[in-house]
Amino acid sequence: MKQDPLLLRRLLRAKDRMDAASHEAWPMSRLARVSGVSEAHFARSFKDAFGVPPHRYLLTRRIEQAAALLRDTDLPITEIALQTGWSSLGTFGRTFRDVTGRSPGELRAWQRDAAHQLEVVPHCFVSAAHRPNLTIAVSEKRRRASGDMYLSDNAEGGSVS
Amino acid sequence: MSQGVGVAGLYVRDQDEAVKFYVGKLGFRVHTDVRNGDYRWLTVQHPDQPSFQLGLFAPQPPTIDEDTAQTMREMVAKGAMPPLVMVVDDCRAAHERMSGNGVEFTQEPVERYGSVDASFRDPSGNGWKMIEARA
Repeated sequence: MKQDPLLLRRLLRAKDRMDAASHEAWPMSRLARVSGVSEAHFARSFKDAFGVPPHRYLLTRRIEQAAALLRDTDLPITEIALQTGWSSLGTFGRTFRDVTGRSPGELRAWQRDAAHQLEVVPHCFVSAAHRPNLTIAVSEKRRRASGDMYLSDNAEGGSVS
Repeated sequence: MSQGVGVAGLYVRDQDEAVKFYVGKLGFRVHTDVRNGDYRWLTVQHPDQPSFQLGLFAPQPPTIDEDTAQTMREMVAKGAMPPLVMVVDDCRAAHERMSGNGVEFTQEPVERYGSVDASFRDPSGNGWKMIEARA
């Protein structure tokens, strides 16, 4: 599908802003304002451009940020959840496991076991390489894992807007 | 003359806009600006790096077909092009100067790994990481 490069550049600005402050609340109205388009147009164009809905993208950035803090700091998990934009520790832990396959505590232990020599690579590229590849909705991922077709809880809608 | 990479190029949406940015806001100099019909070979140079030219090229026929050119313009605008790294002596000072010139920063200076880094984009969408040289 063809998209106007000028529109894409403005959508990229919204994506950049989420990258820079993924812990903040990013309701669709705020994102649309950054890109200078209507909310409906924003949501549709963003998904066309970047392959995922804006709030799922934000979710991956929060999980990525949390994983980095688990790896690089000794902060308690509660504090990491707060710092990365989650209002509920329960939602954080559940979503984190759904996306990465490990609980925050397990991931911390696993990452520390692996000796990393990443200091020579600029930080942002390291984080991008560690970004969770979330191609389906968390609720869908959870549903497939559990085999429960009727699970309706949607972690995205409840936690990022 | 030493051996090595002489020119590496970026795709930009608009070459006039790119010159205004790289020369007017970042302090590069135009090295070569030659036109042949619609085609324009345009390179700029960092003042401290005389052996290297950064090409600012428009994706366009006849070097590539119009459909491919459109795809490339979209890729650039989506920030999908490969990483670029600029090394500076003082990241915070450069950030302040460049912000004052209207450069769009996507990450404020952050101190980590014994250095300071920030990120900005050119008007087309090419993303630069700006890293302070380690002492």
